[in-house]
Amino acid sequence: MSDDELIWRIAGGSGDGIDSTSQNFAKALMRSGLDVFTHRHYPSRIRGGHTYVEIRAAGHEVQSRGDGYNFLLSLGDSFARNPQEEAYYGNEEIKPLSENLDDLREGGIIVYDEGLISEEDVADLDLEERAEENNWHVFPMDLRGLAKEHGREVMRNTAGVGVTAALLDMELDHIEDLMSDAMSGDVLESNLEILHEAYETTKAEYEFEHDLRAPEGSHETEQALLSGSNAIAYGAIDGGCRFISGYPMTPWTDVFTILTQNFPDIGGVSEQVEDEIAAAALAVGASHAGVKAMSGSSGGGFALMSEPLGLAEMTETPLVLVESMRAGPSTGMPTKPEQGDLEFVLYTSQGDSSRVVFAPGNIEEAYEQTRLAFDIAWEYQIPTIIIYDQKLSGENTNVDVEFFDREPEPGLGATLTEEELKEAAHDASGKFERFGYDDNEKNVSKRSLPGQKGGRYLATGNEHSPVGHISEDPDNRVYQMTRRIEKLDSIREELDEERPSNQTYFGEEDAEYGIITWGSSQGAVVEAVQRLNESGHSVKGLSVSDMMPFAEQEVTEFLESVDEAMVVEMNATAQFRGLIQKELGRFGDKMTSLLKYNGNPFEPAEIVEGYEVNLADEDREPTAQVRIEPAAGD
Amino acid sequence: MSAFNAIGEEREIDRDEFTPGVEPQPTWCPGCGDFGVLKSLKQALPEVGKTPEEVLTVTGIGCSGKLNSYLDTYGFHTIHGRSLPVARAAKLANPELEVIAAGGDGDGYGIGGNHWIHTARENHDITYIVFNNEIFGLTKGQTSPTSPKGHKSKTQPSGSAKTPLRPLSMSLNAGASYIARTAAVNPNQAKEIIAEAIEHDGFAHVDFLTQCPTWNKDARQYVPYIDVQESDDYDFDVTDRREAAEMMYETEDVLNEGTVLTGRYYVDEDRPSYQEEKRAVGELPDQPVAERYFDDDAEWERSYDLLDRHT
Repeated sequence: MSDDELIWRIAGGSGDGIDSTSQNFAKALMRSGLDVFTHRHYPSRIRGGHTYVEIRAAGHEVQSRGDGYNFLLSLGDSFARNPQEEAYYGNEEIKPLSENLDDLREGGIIVYDEGLISEEDVADLDLEERAEENNWHVFPMDLRGLAKEHGREVMRNTAGVGVTAALLDMELDHIEDLMSDAMSGDVLESNLEILHEAYETTKAEYEFEHDLRAPEGSHETEQALLSGSNAIAYGAIDGGCRFISGYPMTPWTDVFTILTQNFPDIGGVSEQVEDEIAAAALAVGASHAGVKAMSGSSGGGFALMSEPLGLAEMTETPLVLVESMRAGPSTGMPTKPEQGDLEFVLYTSQGDSSRVVFAPGNIEEAYEQTRLAFDIAWEYQIPTIIIYDQKLSGENTNVDVEFFDREPEPGLGATLTEEELKEAAHDASGKFERFGYDDNEKNVSKRSLPGQKGGRYLATGNEHSPVGHISEDPDNRVYQMTRRIEKLDSIREELDEERPSNQTYFGEEDAEYGIITWGSSQGAVVEAVQRLNESGHSVKGLSVSDMMPFAEQEVTEFLESVDEAMVVEMNATAQFRGLIQKELGRFGDKMTSLLKYNGNPFEPAEIVEGYEVNLADEDREPTAQVRIEPAAGD
Repeated sequence: MSAFNAIGEEREIDRDEFTPGVEPQPTWCPGCGDFGVLKSLKQALPEVGKTPEEVLTVTGIGCSGKLNSYLDTYGFHTIHGRSLPVARAAKLANPELEVIAAGGDGDGYGIGGNHWIHTARENHDITYIVFNNEIFGLTKGQTSPTSPKGHKSKTQPSGSAKTPLRPLSMSLNAGASYIARTAAVNPNQAKEIIAEAIEHDGFAHVDFLTQCPTWNKDARQYVPYIDVQESDDYDFDVTDRREAAEMMYETEDVLNEGTVLTGRYYVDEDRPSYQEEKRAVGELPDQPVAERYFDDDAEWERSYDLLDRHT
């Protein structure tokens, strides 16, 4: 836990503008030269309820939300006040304060809106006592009153940011710039007035006894603040995607809307359709007709996509689907992250079906692997799935703009031109042997597109002959089936030999112990491994992205090189550990699991603690909300 | 019939071009009404000047789903009930394709009912032919959404308690801009209607009555078929929504009582297709998106250009 970092938590009711305020503040911190990482926590309701966003900012790299926080800006839940005087909403105004005290670090700062949170309510919290115990610095401010005076009370966010900047000794220039970008006219003017008055008042009224100040840092290259959903959407655009179809579902909706908003400018087509079966079927239809297409959903919606997914595989129609996990089963916890759909995504759909599954672990990987997903899908004519979760979807981090300065890849992969079709094999009636026996480099038979001359064939979800007629001929069946399945071997070979690894390694290469993780848990594990090594342990980490075809070689080598390993994932049934054992057929006695499934992502300290209890044999029970699943035979 | 092909050469096209020269031969039962659909489609396509390569036929599952196995065009035989979403997207991806979707009454009105309603609502520029034989054929004779009330089958042994669906009225209410019914036993009318449906700019729904001699022995192939437009008894304006609705209602009431009315029920030439509407609001590019991938001069936007708003 480093002291040179700010973890700012802004809390209020959903609809209070918490998200947009925090986005801007995070950007201001980034512009001032800091690395930032945001974490969103929100309930499944439109207005009201306890919501918060955390921004962790430091002069060094930050890869997770960190542990706890050291600055709380509590706005009060304006939607807890019921205008009709009915007991319907209850009195929850205090919640953004009362529910956020447990994880506030020693020496931390509290700013709360005394315009919304009453003195009596605060008295009930024993705030003074607790503040003394924890050396907290408490600043009650009438943010609501100030905002009301200059415009509308919703602008109390701005007042809160002004107070924050004053308490942290920050300059206001970046914040002002961002406000000018986002607003204009009277609204901008009132906001600027509020910002300045809050800033000046705080400086004048209080003597700062706290040590916390805005950290200092600088960036050598231009930075952009991106969420995982942004990265996936941009990866798709650069991968040549120009068709998306979907049905709204949290958290997948983010990717859907980002692409939808960008498509009119770049010549793409977006369709919001009646259900997820249609969504995936449309993507199949568009891809069949010659456009790089994508669809996606979250667990419940993805369930409906299993039919078109199988159709795409059988007809060898390239396709990219994204699956943004949230806690299940069924509707589960709509706004909470979990890594519980891994097995579902790997095996859904009937028969011996196969698909490619990538699980990016951070923003850069999300962009990179989405590009790759399009490339592989069109090169091998196979559905490719990007599996990620609500955490990666919504968190914002700064990335090098340069990283995105690459040429797009619009190529259609194994698709023939009309010229090439002239040379291709045709049957006696002139039909193109689309699924022919001859042309099958890397187990791929090249395709034609409807409308092309000389390319007529039938694509069917039934088993089919070279020109696509329904066929139950046993020899043909074995040939076609084997070729489709063995595509995974060809892809594995290409990923191992021709492409940079999708897996991420960290820690010390010759360490005794290993921590393996996947997807969005990566960041917390990276930090945990760093801390463990700093405190004298010998640990290294591996974050795996290739789920199917599995990163067999790399995981084997990693597990062979350590005495024991801990597998960290956000689910209750150790699905990823199960996958490793299934794919490798061994190491069952070498792996224990650290599982968390309470709806909140891992904090690095929980992993450190899990490691100490698990592998370093410390004689204590873990206190965090995690579960340890012992290795086989333990 | 002469037509211009994809590269602008004028040439003769006849129905034989749409017949595969080699296997497979249709696996439909002798006397099956599906032969009638295949035949009228093969006749209609040259009539509207389409070459086999300009046409994409998309089918669902069931006996009807095999249509494009016996028809030599580009084809996509999808899964049960899903022909419409696949067809819609193909048309959006490449509006130059002539997209014809086909399915059965179980496939299209049952499992694919949701897609049907929404495709009609949006008025996608595709043709949709539903082989309506009032029975599940390929799964061996179960009650379908259009089976008459009281119909006995293995899944409704005491006679179906369900009122049959009204396909024409449903389509009208959902928003289809061309609605007709024809029958396999009316080959001349069937050919004309299919040709009209293909040429129609918008969602053209043809409820095609086909007999199932194996599982639906009560099939009405022998009852009198009356063309509503050619009969003086049924004088109505096909462009008038209310009159069309009334005619459909009447027709669907008596469908299972002996008389069968066929013909065009509703034709709205004024309603723009979904593709046109989408283009008008800037959601669909003027040039087919599919063609860009083969255009060497196409400029592909990079995400790098989109990052400005995030810096």
